[in-house]
Amino acid sequence: MYSNLFSEKSVQDLISILPSLPTALWETFYVTVLSTALSLVIGLPLGVLLVTGEKDGVLPLPGWLMHLLNIIINLLRSIPFLILMIMVLPLSRALIGTAVGTTATIVPLVAAAFPFVARLVESSLRELDGNIIEAAQSMGASPLQIICKVMIPESVPSLIQNVTIALTTILSYSAMSGIIGGGGLGKIAIDYGYYRYKYLIMVVAVIILILLVQFFQSLGTYLAKKSDKRLK
Amino acid sequence: MIELKNVSKTFDSGTGEVDALKNVTLTINDGDIYGIIGMSGAGKSTLVRCINLLEKPSSGEIIVNGERLDTMSPAQLRAARRNITMIFQHFNLLMQRTCLKNICFPMELAGVKKADAEKRARELLELVGLPDKANAYPAQLSGGQQQRIAIARALATAPKVLLCDEATSALDPKTTRQILELIKDINQKLGITVVIITHQMSVVKEVCNHVAILDDGEVAEEGLVAAVFAAPKSPAGRRLVFPGGVDEMVSDPKTERRVRLIFRDSQTTAIPLVARLASEENIFCNIISASTQKLSEEVYGSLLIGIPSAHFDRALKFISSVANVTAEEVDGNVQ
Repeated sequence: MYSNLFSEKSVQDLISILPSLPTALWETFYVTVLSTALSLVIGLPLGVLLVTGEKDGVLPLPGWLMHLLNIIINLLRSIPFLILMIMVLPLSRALIGTAVGTTATIVPLVAAAFPFVARLVESSLRELDGNIIEAAQSMGASPLQIICKVMIPESVPSLIQNVTIALTTILSYSAMSGIIGGGGLGKIAIDYGYYRYKYLIMVVAVIILILLVQFFQSLGTYLAKKSDKRLK
Repeated sequence: MIELKNVSKTFDSGTGEVDALKNVTLTINDGDIYGIIGMSGAGKSTLVRCINLLEKPSSGEIIVNGERLDTMSPAQLRAARRNITMIFQHFNLLMQRTCLKNICFPMELAGVKKADAEKRARELLELVGLPDKANAYPAQLSGGQQQRIAIARALATAPKVLLCDEATSALDPKTTRQILELIKDINQKLGITVVIITHQMSVVKEVCNHVAILDDGEVAEEGLVAAVFAAPKSPAGRRLVFPGGVDEMVSDPKTERRVRLIFRDSQTTAIPLVARLASEENIFCNIISASTQKLSEEVYGSLLIGIPSAHFDRALKFISSVANVTAEEVDGNVQ
């Protein structure tokens, strides 16, 4: 399928769709960033609860509630994204009035990503030295103060690293959302590459996606290092 | 004043219950530097954590400055903890905050205004001798400097009690001495009661006036450092003060009996006791080990000798005639 990749016809096709690439790039960018932000809004508190709600955590929650929380998170994480996208169609319709289009894809993306983000936040917070939390307790810190002034600020470098992982994962999920009418680079790759056999366009769209992932990852790594005061 | 009454703590380790503390009763007076010493696993850390209720005792009472802590609500306890602060073996500073912000932290928790907190933090930096480290991060400091910042942080809320949990165990001997000097200084200048948990004899000797020896969750003995260390009464105390398990193996228990002599004050340490035993009584002793140590400005000597079994009683009678020397036979089984 790649033998005629650079035929005159393919190149012409590519040139003809070039003007639509900036819009596609923007759609991918905005869907990814917005979905990550919303996943963080839901996932961060959940991740905090997963750590602090344990029996010997700073804010112990009833055992059944922790069980329920874990089950829901595991459940959502075990549904393949392609299926989840279809399953949440009614939810998208209820929340934003439509189930198709670029903005509508944010709903399944957040639904798929927030449990993942919760687990990532959980692992970031678990890296923290328990002695530091105990020191804060010895100074009379309340559970909320420990969460807001110790656990989260002390985990910022690790949280940035993990949010970057979430962002790149959401980026690749968003490419799949072309199936339900979402826009972006993924849609171009699927529409031209899969439905119309224009492989050059698919390859170019994929290359732009790769560059985008590289950009996000480098930015994330840079910010994580810059924010970490342990390294100086 | 800190009073512990019949404090016990039992941990459920899964495989069975472990008694970390058994009926510990202690009184620590205001202004004391009180050492709690013991081998690892003796329950020292559990004991100090019971004082500020980081560990809830299974039974018993904890009374600090007249307030009973173990029955307080979480909110009351948080307020009380501002008066009982703590420093740790690994400093436990917030690594993502500057030194100044670390010292501000307990004041921030207590709702002190930011400007006031920073002013006090700068004064405390001065007190611990690191005025130029306000904007440095803990990772940029040495261990000794980090512990100084931790001490400044512990003093931020003007506490009445400072708990030190193995605070010098991660530091080299020279830095240890400097930190102890600082703690002594703080105790004298600010009148703060200090409780020091340690496994190092040298720490207790250097700064403490009172000591309790903890052994297997129980207080083996306690009292003035000079009294306890010069003549420990309990087996645990003897093990700590005379850790000479090896010297006691070098003499032959079949032919000689071993006696530990404790000399008090420098005049007594000047008596050539072993030579006099030989010349006046014609008893030839075997010196197994000897040492002198300074405790609270007084010199103590400790001498372990082997006396030929045949002349044992005569030798002991001679020794007991010398003033300020106490003698006790050392059992071969005692470590």
